[in-house]
Amino acid sequence: MHPALSIIVFTTLSGMGYGLAALLGLGLFDPTALATKIGYLLALALIAGGLVSSTLHLGNPQRAWRALSQWRTSWLSREGVLAILTFIPLTICTYAAMFHDRHLVLLGLVAAALSLVTVYCTAMIYGSLKTVQLWSQPLTPVTYLLFSIASGATVGTLLALTGAAQPWLLAILAIAFTIAAWLVKHRWRTDGKALAPLSTPETATGLGSIGRVRLFERPHINDNYLTREMGFQVARKHADKLFGIAILLGGLVPSALLVVAVLAAGAMGPGLTAFLAAFLAVLSHYAGIFVERWLFFAEARHAVMNYYGH
Amino acid sequence: MTSLPSLPTPKKLGLVIDLDVCVGCHACVISCKEWNTGGYGAALSDQSPYGADVSGTFLNRIHSFEVLPEGAEKIGEAGDARIVHFPKSCLHCEDAPCVTVCPTGASYKRADDGIVLVDEDMCIGCGLCAWACPYGAREMDLAAGVMKKCTLCVDRIYNETIAEIDRVPSCVRTCPANARHYGDLADPQSNVSKMVAARGGIDLMPEQGTKPVNKYLPPRPRTALAESAVPLAETSAGASGFFAWLDGMLERI
Amino acid sequence: MSSQHRVDLSRPVSDEVRKTTCYMCACRCGIDVHLKDGKVRYIEGNRDHPVNKGVLCAKGSAGIMQHYAPARLRAPMLRTGPRGSGEFKEISWDEALALATDWLGSVRAHDPKKLAFFTGRDQSQSLTGFWAQQFGTPNYAAHGGFCSVNMAAAGITTIGGAFWEFGQPDWDRTKLFILFGVAEDHDSNPIKIGISKVKANGARFVSVNPVRTGYSAVADNWIGIRPGTDGLLILSLVHELLKARRIDVDYLMRYSNAPWLVIDAPGTAEHGLFARDGEGRPLVFETVTERAVPAGSKGARPALHGRFTLPDGRAVRPSFELLAAEYLDPKYAPENIAAETGLDVETIRGLAAEIGRVAFEETIEIHQPWTDVNGQRHESFVGRPVSFHAMRGISAHSNGFQTARALHMLQVLIGAIDCPGGFRYEPPYPKPVEAHPRPHGKAEHFGSNQPLSGPHLGFPLGPEDLLIDEEGRPTRIDKAFSWDAPLSAHGLMHMVIANAHAGDPYPVDVLFLYMANMAWNSSMNTAGTIRMLEEKDEATGQYRIPKIIYSDAYSSEMVAYADLVLPDTTYLERHDCISLLDRPISEPDSVNDAIRWPVVKPDRDVRPFQSVLLDLGARLKLPGFVDHRGKALYADYADYIVRHERRPGIGPLAGFRGTDGDRAGRGAANLEQIERYIENGSFFSAHIPAEALFFKHANQAYQDFAVRMGFFDKPQPVTFQLYSEILQKFRLSAEGVRAPIAPQEHRQRILASFTPLPAWYMPLEEAGVDRDEYPYHAITQRPMAMYHSWGSMNAWLRQIHTKNPLYVPGAICDAHGLKDGDWVWLISHHGRIKVEIARSNVVNRDTMWTWNAIGKRGGAWALDPKSPEARKGFLLNHLIHELLPPKGDGMRWSNSDPITGQAAWYDLRVRIEKAEPGQVSEPHLPDQRNSTATVDELRYGQEWSV
Repeated sequence: MHPALSIIVFTTLSGMGYGLAALLGLGLFDPTALATKIGYLLALALIAGGLVSSTLHLGNPQRAWRALSQWRTSWLSREGVLAILTFIPLTICTYAAMFHDRHLVLLGLVAAALSLVTVYCTAMIYGSLKTVQLWSQPLTPVTYLLFSIASGATVGTLLALTGAAQPWLLAILAIAFTIAAWLVKHRWRTDGKALAPLSTPETATGLGSIGRVRLFERPHINDNYLTREMGFQVARKHADKLFGIAILLGGLVPSALLVVAVLAAGAMGPGLTAFLAAFLAVLSHYAGIFVERWLFFAEARHAVMNYYGH
Repeated sequence: MTSLPSLPTPKKLGLVIDLDVCVGCHACVISCKEWNTGGYGAALSDQSPYGADVSGTFLNRIHSFEVLPEGAEKIGEAGDARIVHFPKSCLHCEDAPCVTVCPTGASYKRADDGIVLVDEDMCIGCGLCAWACPYGAREMDLAAGVMKKCTLCVDRIYNETIAEIDRVPSCVRTCPANARHYGDLADPQSNVSKMVAARGGIDLMPEQGTKPVNKYLPPRPRTALAESAVPLAETSAGASGFFAWLDGMLERI
Repeated sequence: MSSQHRVDLSRPVSDEVRKTTCYMCACRCGIDVHLKDGKVRYIEGNRDHPVNKGVLCAKGSAGIMQHYAPARLRAPMLRTGPRGSGEFKEISWDEALALATDWLGSVRAHDPKKLAFFTGRDQSQSLTGFWAQQFGTPNYAAHGGFCSVNMAAAGITTIGGAFWEFGQPDWDRTKLFILFGVAEDHDSNPIKIGISKVKANGARFVSVNPVRTGYSAVADNWIGIRPGTDGLLILSLVHELLKARRIDVDYLMRYSNAPWLVIDAPGTAEHGLFARDGEGRPLVFETVTERAVPAGSKGARPALHGRFTLPDGRAVRPSFELLAAEYLDPKYAPENIAAETGLDVETIRGLAAEIGRVAFEETIEIHQPWTDVNGQRHESFVGRPVSFHAMRGISAHSNGFQTARALHMLQVLIGAIDCPGGFRYEPPYPKPVEAHPRPHGKAEHFGSNQPLSGPHLGFPLGPEDLLIDEEGRPTRIDKAFSWDAPLSAHGLMHMVIANAHAGDPYPVDVLFLYMANMAWNSSMNTAGTIRMLEEKDEATGQYRIPKIIYSDAYSSEMVAYADLVLPDTTYLERHDCISLLDRPISEPDSVNDAIRWPVVKPDRDVRPFQSVLLDLGARLKLPGFVDHRGKALYADYADYIVRHERRPGIGPLAGFRGTDGDRAGRGAANLEQIERYIENGSFFSAHIPAEALFFKHANQAYQDFAVRMGFFDKPQPVTFQLYSEILQKFRLSAEGVRAPIAPQEHRQRILASFTPLPAWYMPLEEAGVDRDEYPYHAITQRPMAMYHSWGSMNAWLRQIHTKNPLYVPGAICDAHGLKDGDWVWLISHHGRIKVEIARSNVVNRDTMWTWNAIGKRGGAWALDPKSPEARKGFLLNHLIHELLPPKGDGMRWSNSDPITGQAAWYDLRVRIEKAEPGQVSEPHLPDQRNSTATVDELRYGQEWSV
């Protein structure tokens, strides 16, 4: 599948935003702290930025509002509805924190829950597609949720360093979810690659009873919408290398940096070293999940490619 | 509404495509394009039409496959390597995943005849329906930003301004090899249903669970010429025997 | 269903439907052109039309994009830059026509042969030939010489017809259909309709073709023969059928020259010719009375074998004895030809057995009494339901004439010509070779300011009809009808530029071409041809071919080489007639012709070429184009179509003749004729009477019908010429025993190829190169969605074939370590090309292939020079020389069939070498300057969308 920038940005930014929102909603942060207020705004900004990015993918974004109507069958519609719903408690919580230095426990929990359900919906947009076997694994939403929380906690650690929360708690959360996310992701990827193809050129054409089927000529020589959208291919070796880079940037490096940040903060107080380490951890983490998300698309093979010789 | 019709549609209008006679001429591809580019919904645009990266929106495309049976090495006999031309357009599935994923309700399956359509005024161009379709039946028009697909020429098949005989999809109307047939697959007595029954019509990718309405008739089994090579009864050798036979024949004329 | 979504189900398609005739290829289907707001909305097949019966191919449906293509020429142009640069200035029609008249008038006055007028994809040869004849140049032909003249000439000389425009399988009744070679380019919709009928009827479809694509893909049996060996396969089938006694003796006696007596007098001028009586009638040996009588004598029981002595002492034998003796020879046995053809013995045997079984065990009988030309009454038509079709695949070899003859012979032997289920003639065919004209163009046939004394093209009946001078040198610029290519019934357009450049046999002053892409895909040795067009005479500084006038509708590669460009209209903007005098579209059951008419008005300063030609004819005051006062006879082509009469009562169109429009075939001109055609869907169809439907070559009712319709002025039955006396006459000349004696240098070639019975000889290029050095074949196939180079300017069609890979058999890939997307050098004795490959397993193991004419020159056809067509597309033409490799005899022979001059495109031998990866196929010629279209996006029909 074509790794569209807008979609990668959407899922990673909104995932990070919802992860952060969930942690804020759980009340792990001191609502009087400046960093907490910034955290709320940041969560909203990440979510909104992600959603705006997703509309760049649309042919007719001016009609995007119509996407809220089909929540009964469509995960994309559900995602849109829940995104909007999540804004309500989250915005109120933000308001409360910003102007009243308060944390609203009940609404916070609602916001946290909606955030995670929204991430689940996002994941199910992909996870529900039978046409993309890699995505239709049950672990797909688990990886999205774990990465979302890991992202939120990594950012949260940076915020916590100002005293808005216990840095070690956030760091432990971040590291734990990061490890969990990568363990599940690795399993997801290994399982996905081991799957026997659901559809083959033989089943796609129904000609398997005659023999082995191989594309001789494309219908049209140049690429078309389908091959551009679904015919993206990445070499196995290249993908493995990128997956290693993703684990490094999105797992090992940020975890190490978070440890450094917490230790530095513990040893020297929340100084430049700690902030810098945590800040770099966020950047590295984001770079890592960006690569992870790129591979999520790039490595996915769509059933239609059985007709195109891929 | 992107919920599929709750009951099976009373009619299942669709196509039956005969892979035994499709010669891959692309007539249906272009006829489809010309009918639909000025008809239902936005034009089927072409990008860079005279340039290096020319491409365009087509609702029907013909793939060509090479099919190699085990040990197909002997040249020139039935059972060996062959080309199968393979036209492909929307299969108007009963369980159309493209419909249920649509977030806006633009994609729908008509309750009365089962045709899957896109209401382009509702389409936001998210492309998810194309992702959901295993057959590549949906293509986003890059100029209009809306999803295009085969309408089964819904603006032909019910069109009272054209002759009744022409109320068939454009691709069926034009196919020179008579490889495309249109009809109601819900009616076991229809021509298309009988054809499917007689020729063992198949579903594409049944494992995807889409329950396509369109069916494909697989190539008929073939008999090698070598099987006809009966050893000749050598009644006589060479020209003299032949001429003796000839004399016998001439006597009878 | 969406509650608010309402689809307008009954929207009118268009404001108006205009019925005309397609010209996206040479098929000539009827089309319904739907117009909306004055623009073409939709084109579909005309259901009533006899050719396509409602269906339409991809090309036909893409007519919209052809009609509106940016590559259309816009106005007359005069060259300003050097040839090939594409630099022109637009001029007015008055200037253009005045200049052309000046050039042509001067040639006509001084030396009319200095005009070479050749037309390519011409469907108005009746007019263009007439114009050239009235002009007086001997140098006129259309493009058949590089197309399929082998098939046509072999057919006419053997059975009085051939495939496509002459006849077709009886699709509704045939039970075994055998297709030889590529056939996707001509007669395309009828063949597709036919194949589907064959399949629906449960008949067997066998394809003999090195490549299994297109129609071959759906064949029940594919015989992946090695290119150029089809003749050998056919003769082996004949061998098997003779051995199995599966021949129709009665049929041979009645309809063929099998019983005709051949003189056996080696070393004399008569050896191998038919014994004739005083009136020139061929003799047969009557077995009851034991004497020679004229063929066709009532009640005669002619011998088919034996050696007899005529009263004058000459020894004779029935020609069939020679035939049987030849083909019963074990050299034709399947096991002896299997290696050469690359086929399996059992497959050949099985095919022969199937032909024999179906012909003689699945006989069809239609109970319809009829009378033959000898007055004998028959109660029914008996059919041997085996049918064949072949076109360029077997034509475009240097042994193609004899191969095509072999195929016709096979059909005759099993009695399958014009019978139910077999091959069926389409009127005005059959037509015996004697009823065709002899060629004209000898010195005594033309002169200053006078018409040629007869038609250019025809069939020589012997060397005495050749167009040569006293020294035996050709009198035509293309050397047609000379010792080089005696039966070149369609001329040799592919030799014109090379010969004119070399001044051999003489230089020309004006080269006038219509719709022929000679600077690209229509020439062998394309780069060499371009050099010939560009080269100047050092002494005079003039181009070697001084003036080139070219007419085309589109900016093809050739346009840049013209000095004066006369822009033609598109096919929707013009009048045309698809005439029985020209290239007919009749069906076996009906006589048909058709018109085109301007269904839309040109939006550019262009004129239909035929009207321009009439205008030039009038300006030049050619007889037949002006009246006695020098005033133009015809206002335009439409006027000519209606009022021109070739013979009294016979005009370009057969329908709606007579002042009341109720006459068919013969009749006075009807000024309302075109309107009547338009009312009738732009075609005319007359049914053949039921008793005249079969055995037309010998059916009295048909012969009478043909005379009534004006095809002939007297009945012209055909006796199938299994043994060809025409060819034997050339042999005798080559043996030096019969005048005119063939020049020494021609004798060996003639003796090797002019056998009176069909024979197979190795294609000349294969015989002339080292087979180990060039171990493989390279050929083209014809994509069904493209017509030659026509189609790349079409935005929809070009998406299907934007570039062409070289398809390489799996075994060759493995042997050379090649995989999809690799680049190779393909090398012939003449040149090399560097191209991208793709693997294919459905091809003869020695044969590489690609799609024809997809490669384009950068800048031509109004395409971006960076288009895949120009960068990765390629032509095999660069590998094919117009001359054969030198043989050491000091001569370079034309790469053509030695009998007809048919260009031997498919004789190419190559080797393959892996090359460095590339981006651009080679040779890559410099881009032409052209008005490249700057259209970023096309949304045709958007204004009508709802």
